[in-house]
Amino acid sequence: MTSALLYVLAGALLCGGGLAGCLLVRHLLRRLLAFNLLGSGVFLLLVGLPAHRHGSDPVTHALVLTGIVVAVAATALALVLIRRYFHLTGRVSLPTGRQEDR
Amino acid sequence: MTELWLDGLLVCALLATAAGALLSRDLFRAVVMFIAFGLLMSLAWVRLRAPDIALAEAIIGAGLSGVLFLDAVSHLRRRPAGGAAEDD
Amino acid sequence: MIERARQALLGAACLLFTVCLLWAVRHLVALPAEQQALSVLLSRWLPDSGVSHPVTAVLLNFRSYDTLLEIGVLVIAGMVGISLARTSALEDPAMRSADPLLHALLRLFLPLLVLLAGWLLWAGSSRPGGAFQAGALLAAAGVLGRLAGLPMAFLRPGTLLRAGLVLGFSVFLLIALLGALDGRAFLAYPPGLAGALILVIEAGLSLSIGMILLALFVSAPVAPEEDADGGPPA
Repeated sequence: MTSALLYVLAGALLCGGGLAGCLLVRHLLRRLLAFNLLGSGVFLLLVGLPAHRHGSDPVTHALVLTGIVVAVAATALALVLIRRYFHLTGRVSLPTGRQEDR
Repeated sequence: MTELWLDGLLVCALLATAAGALLSRDLFRAVVMFIAFGLLMSLAWVRLRAPDIALAEAIIGAGLSGVLFLDAVSHLRRRPAGGAAEDD
Repeated sequence: MIERARQALLGAACLLFTVCLLWAVRHLVALPAEQQALSVLLSRWLPDSGVSHPVTAVLLNFRSYDTLLEIGVLVIAGMVGISLARTSALEDPAMRSADPLLHALLRLFLPLLVLLAGWLLWAGSSRPGGAFQAGALLAAAGVLGRLAGLPMAFLRPGTLLRAGLVLGFSVFLLIALLGALDGRAFLAYPPGLAGALILVIEAGLSLSIGMILLALFVSAPVAPEEDADGGPPA
């Protein structure tokens, strides 16, 4: 049962790293990668905690399965938006407020 | 005891590929790291005794989203850097 | 300078978040193991659900409302993706590859992938597998074919594409409404028919999921805008 705890810890670290990537990185594609990592961390937490406490729990498995499919649809949609944005402006990162003032 | 070591190794590899996906300077390398991360995640789901999620992750995390990202990277690279279309 | 300070602040906040998360995990783990009410309920009612695999039972019977809303979200995402694409992008005949070896391989692989998706769909009622995996596999097969430049007439914007997108959602909603009109609760299956209805819904779901993910992939802009005006890319 200790091994599930390892995955829970990895999930927590992935959450933190993914969040930091989402907030700190400017490149939109990298931000999307970080967002996916954050999602994987949340899924690991959701499945790992019940697995550590009382065996595997089919209810959370179903929840995470739904989450994965929604996450990949969101990723695909975000990629469409990013590519469209790149077409229209030629940029791969969102402008910050200061750049707009200039 | 062996299983614990294996799990520890898998978790270390997960974190290492995640760090690679986040920190790689080269975008293509970051995406490849992300695909490796997806494959390792599907192994992790098997270890957590969630075969349904492992199947979905193997198809989606390693296959589908990897292709999506790689396609996007090659697309974003196609135009010369700097963006000639800033004016429109 | 301000940018630097802002980044440092954000980084510190993320670090704090991670520490809080680890602290919460430590406390959750230390709690005494409670009565696992949900799992007990699940195993008690599993024989009534029409399927013998607990995850499928949760997804398509006990919490089917979640799955209905999920496919709704996917349909909306697919519609947004399609409406963002220029119409020519969806039927873009630009072959990415004309490699004969690749085509021969795909001719072997694509039917195999579709067959595997069908098996996953069927297996979902009694063992790991189900609509989501089958749908994702269908989408992956479609993406493979698309990258190899196989013609895909059904992706042309039109009735067929729209019907494919909403098929899963409408079949699901129809069965749910029929249950409600028949005097049972919304989304309650008639007793004895649950297994068959779940399989029908799952078939619709996997077709729609595959179609939506494939449409999202295909509707991504392929060629730079100037290519549309004629002239091959430099």
